[in-house]
Amino acid sequence: MTDASSTQTAKAIGEERPSRLKEFWFYFRENRGAVIGLWIFAVFAFLALFGPWIAPHDATEQFRTNALQPPFWQEGGSTEFLLGTDPLGRDMLSRLIVGARFSFFVGIVVVSVAASGGILIGLLAGFAPKWVDTIIMRIMDIILAFPSLLLALVLVAILGPSLINAMIAIAIVLQPHYVRLTRASVMSERQKDYVTSARVVGAGTLRLMFVTVLPNCLSPIIVQAALSFSTAILDAAALGFLGMGAQPPTPEWGTMLAEAREFILRAWWVVTFPGLAILVTVLAINLLGDGLRDALDPKLKRS
Amino acid sequence: MLNYVLSRLLTFVPTFFGVTLISFAFIRVLPGDPIIVMAGERGVSQERYDQLAAQFGFDRPMYVQFWEYFTGVLQGDLGNSFVTKKPVWDEFFALFPATLELSLCAMVLAIVLGLPAGVIAAVNRGKFFDRALMSTALVGYSMPIFWWALLLIIVFSGNLGWTPVSGRIDLLYYFPDPTGFMLIDSLASGQKGAFWSAIRHLILPTIVLGTIPLAVIARQTRSAMLEVLGEDYVRTARAKGMSPGRINSIHALRNALIPVITVIGLSVGTLLAGAILTETIFSWPGIGKWMVDSIFRRDYPVVQGGLLLIAVMVMIVNLTVDMLYGLINPKIRKR
Repeated sequence: MTDASSTQTAKAIGEERPSRLKEFWFYFRENRGAVIGLWIFAVFAFLALFGPWIAPHDATEQFRTNALQPPFWQEGGSTEFLLGTDPLGRDMLSRLIVGARFSFFVGIVVVSVAASGGILIGLLAGFAPKWVDTIIMRIMDIILAFPSLLLALVLVAILGPSLINAMIAIAIVLQPHYVRLTRASVMSERQKDYVTSARVVGAGTLRLMFVTVLPNCLSPIIVQAALSFSTAILDAAALGFLGMGAQPPTPEWGTMLAEAREFILRAWWVVTFPGLAILVTVLAINLLGDGLRDALDPKLKRS
Repeated sequence: MLNYVLSRLLTFVPTFFGVTLISFAFIRVLPGDPIIVMAGERGVSQERYDQLAAQFGFDRPMYVQFWEYFTGVLQGDLGNSFVTKKPVWDEFFALFPATLELSLCAMVLAIVLGLPAGVIAAVNRGKFFDRALMSTALVGYSMPIFWWALLLIIVFSGNLGWTPVSGRIDLLYYFPDPTGFMLIDSLASGQKGAFWSAIRHLILPTIVLGTIPLAVIARQTRSAMLEVLGEDYVRTARAKGMSPGRINSIHALRNALIPVITVIGLSVGTLLAGAILTETIFSWPGIGKWMVDSIFRRDYPVVQGGLLLIAVMVMIVNLTVDMLYGLINPKIRKR
């Protein structure tokens, strides 16, 4: 809605119409799950930013005499290690807190890379001549033919196992969704009158793409961004679990699970807590995504 | 309809070519020289290296190698595994029934529980059942299934001792496997307890693999039902005095099924990706575990061939879903 004509109409209507942000917040607030999701996400983001300063211990420090100590409420546990220790005597709570930043980082990087690349290619496909569009969409079909985790796994095997490479692989795998989404909304927006009038006034193709059409295609893309944020965290953890993501001793949650696997029948806490952290984070983001969709998509609004 | 089928089939050809090209290209940029990997720790002399390179055709230009690979693929020749020396094609189809059996069980679980859950939630919209079911579905949808698998193992195998931790059947039993489906073969063998053992091995992997499709189907069924329940013909049916049960099952569900079927078709990719994790955790001897093992062993022909076959399988399923969709919904054909 940043093009000149609609700003003017908005001004003409004047005070009766609340600002978009206010309107969005009004609908978003009604969804209790989404607000809870937002709160959890805020805590998660806070831990991601300040984790190392909040954690009671260093995430990699090994207290050899306290190895595999249970959480404090169980016999043998102590309040020094609230959630117990792992097989090497590292404090679980500290590792979980510090681990938040890796998942957060993965989500941010993957979504920015996949979304910016996907939006660009999608816009191009929507505005380019038919044959370019066909080629782009065929390439996206090819990427989508591979199950995402498998493709990411093979890509990481090529690039070498590390968190950065896992992020690159996941971004490549997720990016076709943005291309399809952007192209589809560009196709439907392009035929509308406001685009035609912008063209008649003399707007160039680039201006049409980025200034006239793109802002009106953003709603579904924002929702997709939230959903792929959680997919990215899940996939990165899965890759870490398979030994193809972050490498030990990094306290990434999936990698922590992989290290804990052999102790599952002896020490439930080394397995339970990292997975719970992944689940709660992903769940919060999905709740947030559902709320965003309901608040942003006028078709689903009030249905 | 014929035109629609033909045009869909035509798009299959370039995609197939592209998928072959990608799986070929991937392996050629993988770090590590395949011949040195094959030679193992003993190493290889320069003469032997050149000889092997010539034997496998690695010394020829890349496009010649690709063309040979592509024509080979069309004839069902995907090369031989470096490790077992057996044809990749044979290995894939020897292990495939295990994955298929697991995936089918997971899908059946997901449909049998997911459809009714979605319908119940939609009919009770906003009430307790709806909220409870949809919250559970969202948790399932967000589940890291590798962790879910470990939790189930802790509870059902560790604490309760009800289910085995890995494999498809107890080592006590041995019988021929003409179909490759353990449930059928164990039953056909007539050995006492074999079928029960096969089922006990299947339970946990099925639950783990079925969790995400189950959540997706429940959510999709609910939203499709809600949409259909708002349609005019449902209101008409209500006005005519039809019973709610009849409206829900005959008028609404049948029409709501179309998007649900699409989702079921599209979750084949999800299932195969989930099979990678599930099979690795439960040591299930299927395609997923085979792929992961091969990636770690740098068994290039297997990774290449497996990637290609899995992608082709997903493509075939998607194509079938598209065709079914065209069959059900004539509007699609026009485009």
